[in-house]
Amino acid sequence: MAIDAATVRKVARLARLRAPEERLEPLAQELSAIINWIEQLGEVDVEGVEPMTSAVHVKLPMREDVVTEGGDPAKVLANAPLARDNFFVVPKVVE
Amino acid sequence: MSDLTSLTLEAAVEGLKAKRFSSLELTQAHIQAMESGRALNAYVLETPDKALSMARAADARIASGAAGPLEGVPLGIKDLFCTEGVRTTACSKILGDFKPTYESTVTTQLWRDGAVMLGKLNLDEFAMGSSNETSAFGPVANPWRAAGSNQTLTPGGSSGGSAAAVAADLCLGATGTDTGGSIRQPAAFTGTVGIKPTYGRCSRWGIVAFASSLDQAGPIAKTVEDAAILLRSMSGHDPKDSTSLPVEVPNFPSFVGRSVKGLRIGVPAEYSAPGMPAEIQALWDQGVAWLKDAGCEIMPVSLPHTKYALPTYYIVAPAEASSNLARYDGMRYGIRAEGKTLTDVYELTRAEGFGEEVQRRILIGAYVLSAGYYDAYYLKAQKVRRRIADDFAKAFETVDALLTPTTPSSAFALGAKDTMDPVTMYLNDVFTVTANLAGLPAMSLPAGLDSQGLPLGLQLIGRPLEEGTLFSVAGALEKAADFRAKPRAWWRG
Amino acid sequence: MSDILDVVPADPKKFIQGRSGPWELVMGLEIHAQVASNSKLFSGAAVGFGAGPNEQVSLVDAAMPGMLPVINRHCVEQAVKTGLGLKAQINPWSRFDRKNYFYPDLPQGYQISQFKDPIVGEGEVLVERDDGSSFTVRIERLHLEQDAGKSIHDIDPNATYVDLNRAGTALMEIVSRPDIRSSEEAAAYVKKVRTIVRYLGTCDGDLEKGNLRADVNVSVRRPGEGLGTRCEIKNVNSYRYIQQAIEYEARRQIEVLEDGGSITQETRLFDPSKMETRSMRSKEDAQDYRYFPDPDLLPLELDAAWVEQIKASLPELPDDKKARLQSQYGLSPYDAGVLVIEGERAGFFERAAQGRDAKLVANWTTNELLARLAKSGQDIENSPIPPEDIAGLVELIETGVISSKIAKEVFDRMWAGEGTPQEVVDKHGLVQVTDTGAIEAVIDALIAANPDKAAAVKEKPQAIGWFVGQVMKETGGKANPAAVNEILRSKLG
Repeated sequence: MAIDAATVRKVARLARLRAPEERLEPLAQELSAIINWIEQLGEVDVEGVEPMTSAVHVKLPMREDVVTEGGDPAKVLANAPLARDNFFVVPKVVE
Repeated sequence: MSDLTSLTLEAAVEGLKAKRFSSLELTQAHIQAMESGRALNAYVLETPDKALSMARAADARIASGAAGPLEGVPLGIKDLFCTEGVRTTACSKILGDFKPTYESTVTTQLWRDGAVMLGKLNLDEFAMGSSNETSAFGPVANPWRAAGSNQTLTPGGSSGGSAAAVAADLCLGATGTDTGGSIRQPAAFTGTVGIKPTYGRCSRWGIVAFASSLDQAGPIAKTVEDAAILLRSMSGHDPKDSTSLPVEVPNFPSFVGRSVKGLRIGVPAEYSAPGMPAEIQALWDQGVAWLKDAGCEIMPVSLPHTKYALPTYYIVAPAEASSNLARYDGMRYGIRAEGKTLTDVYELTRAEGFGEEVQRRILIGAYVLSAGYYDAYYLKAQKVRRRIADDFAKAFETVDALLTPTTPSSAFALGAKDTMDPVTMYLNDVFTVTANLAGLPAMSLPAGLDSQGLPLGLQLIGRPLEEGTLFSVAGALEKAADFRAKPRAWWRG
Repeated sequence: MSDILDVVPADPKKFIQGRSGPWELVMGLEIHAQVASNSKLFSGAAVGFGAGPNEQVSLVDAAMPGMLPVINRHCVEQAVKTGLGLKAQINPWSRFDRKNYFYPDLPQGYQISQFKDPIVGEGEVLVERDDGSSFTVRIERLHLEQDAGKSIHDIDPNATYVDLNRAGTALMEIVSRPDIRSSEEAAAYVKKVRTIVRYLGTCDGDLEKGNLRADVNVSVRRPGEGLGTRCEIKNVNSYRYIQQAIEYEARRQIEVLEDGGSITQETRLFDPSKMETRSMRSKEDAQDYRYFPDPDLLPLELDAAWVEQIKASLPELPDDKKARLQSQYGLSPYDAGVLVIEGERAGFFERAAQGRDAKLVANWTTNELLARLAKSGQDIENSPIPPEDIAGLVELIETGVISSKIAKEVFDRMWAGEGTPQEVVDKHGLVQVTDTGAIEAVIDALIAANPDKAAAVKEKPQAIGWFVGQVMKETGGKANPAAVNEILRSKLG
């Protein structure tokens, strides 16, 4: 199953990666080669097989409903490219 | 001074205890080595001031009799581990000058046990790669060179910086992470010991995530004993990581040197791929002979789904990565590109910030998860993964550990991958990915040199939580192999 | 529980008349209820209103590199409780999936939700209409998911400000089947769900604060035909808006269809200032969320004993309480219904009704007290008149000490804070005159003074009213009305 340039454009948008026009076709080829190689999984019979969740079966651990973090906006914003009045400032979103 | 850097970690601990030297001296020696070793490009950030202050504190604790198991030992930290107040980049441009306000659990434990941080080590960007050539900080040079050659070789990846630093005595040990072989393959290429423990043995909290269900932290060290000492400090249940196993940490060093008489070692038929270089096969056979001599019973086993491991890995890992890397968006940390709209800023930030290989894997990942493909790829891959794990479980009914080569070749030249297509590059991981997919502990140790004088590694794979068995068998192999070769220090300027 | 989407019999009274004939309105609702908890679903940051920006944010909520989710047991319990309140199936095994998309208030670049295997399965809710009839709404599922942060667009014209306080808060998404057939039913359904979660204490149901949000899926069809294409309406945060939005949207869709067009499946925002729904800015690609199981979390396995424990701890639910109030106290379905809307009302009523005429107590509680409280915007918990005093008031009526009319005055004075009913009656001398002799004397005097009016009563019986009024005036309203009427009639024919 080949991936074409249009698909690359669509997937790049989903992944928010700017793919310049001239890269679309080469990427399509690279990705197609990888996908074609992956296709061999089609040979494997997995009838009745449960997907893998973990190597050792453990129950999902749960924590108590206690406040243990937060209260420190400076820490949260310490590496922000742009912050003001304890808000993250980001490009305008048009709704 | 340089004598101090040629010590093993174990000997250094002993020497510090016996007060033959101080941590300050030991650390200064390594800082100097780190500085003289810059041609290797193993370190992306040197932290000498921090190292010295940690060394002084360690000396004080040693003096007061409060020394921890790693007290005063200088280590290098793969730049995938978040270190508080110290720049952490995952060797990507996208994190910019990010300084975590928190420390990863694994490194917290190393500092708790008294270790000293020399600096952050180079890696393939976001741990995606097998040659450390995708790093935004440039490639790492393998301290080893082929006999009579000046060609720079790759140390492997993604923990290339870690492996190179240990091999070149720029630290007494290093942390790495292993998602598809990223500890073991570089260890094999650099003549060092590397172990990826059972999935869940070490906490992933504070480690930049690549593929959540495959990533594991582990040590790269000069000897099996050194690796055991480090792994003991790195391991342990972490309530902040839901996939962390609630199990006690065994005293790993106590397993090294134990008799392996009567242990059953499996040799998987399917790891003998057609076209396997004769030298690799020979080393493998040699490993079998050594273990037989040590009293092990050798048995052939079959892991029928081995050949599907790589394609399975290259669905699962990119899929999880595509989601894990969505947070690198320029909004809360890292770089932010200029753009007219929000979408522009997202797309340009990520296109500028991520290298080609990372982008390629994100695209693959997003593709295999996209509408209509989830069942055919990701779900299928997770089922094949179960089959692979079942293969191992079955084999482990009759054997206690498996012996395989670590890599299909010795270290290759820097730049070689530029002429390789991605799939060929991915084949480097053929022997190592199975352990990640099945969540099993696996270790590589140096077993010999190839005809070019480059190190080759042998891999041991064990049952879940049986790192101890691996340390015992590895100890026996290490003794038999008596690998003493060291690379000629061409990098000292 | 059947799988069939369409089980509600058509009711022509609810049809909407279009140009070309009647249309049936078909709706399903997705209610997002914020779980009442101290901390968030997967992080230890606080939940709650009113904190300064980014003061209730953990590293996990901010999606810092290397952060991992750990689930809050209490939130799981709240979801199970709510599921039981919806008479739904509790799934012993469920899983968390990642819903991947990019938005500044979604730091991870994905929301942890439950897609394929939710914690709660099918259930049903009995909903009362204003006219006393009821209908059933089937629940398809309830799942747990993270809430997003807040994006504020109007602080800065050129930028968006993001506050992550809400990011990671636990939400229960309750999905109904398309069983709702009118805008009134939709509002009634939301009210009932609100009542249930408030009874359980699993959500405070505050629509204004956005702790309970409803998205309405609206479609129309000609009676008897299959389901039409639906549109999802968002941003309806009051009962009035819910109804207005539905009414607008239904008419919009009918118009489109009658003009020969077709409905595009899309999400629309309700604009309360214009009272219309608007298509949300269309994205070029339909959202592909690339759902896959979150590899940082293991499947959620519920201990059967724990679920039983939760079941045993449930308070009496509204439907059961309503039935009991009717059977135990002889209340009408209407009165019982009004009293169970809030558990506190029913509690107040029961405290007041002990040993009293329950119907009278109900009357005073619902018609007088609740009405007065609604006007002043207070809850019954803040009632200036405690249940003991309503009981006292009713007792005075029951024992004939005061008439119902006087009781109204006593009530007003109690409301104004003048004290208990006995205190008010004593202070103002409001004891009812029941002495028939005294009443007779007053009546005789009136008849004597107004012979023509007295005679007129024989022809116009309503004229007796004038006498009643006069007697009341003479007695300061304290004459027992029944006695007055009886004596007047016997004297005047």
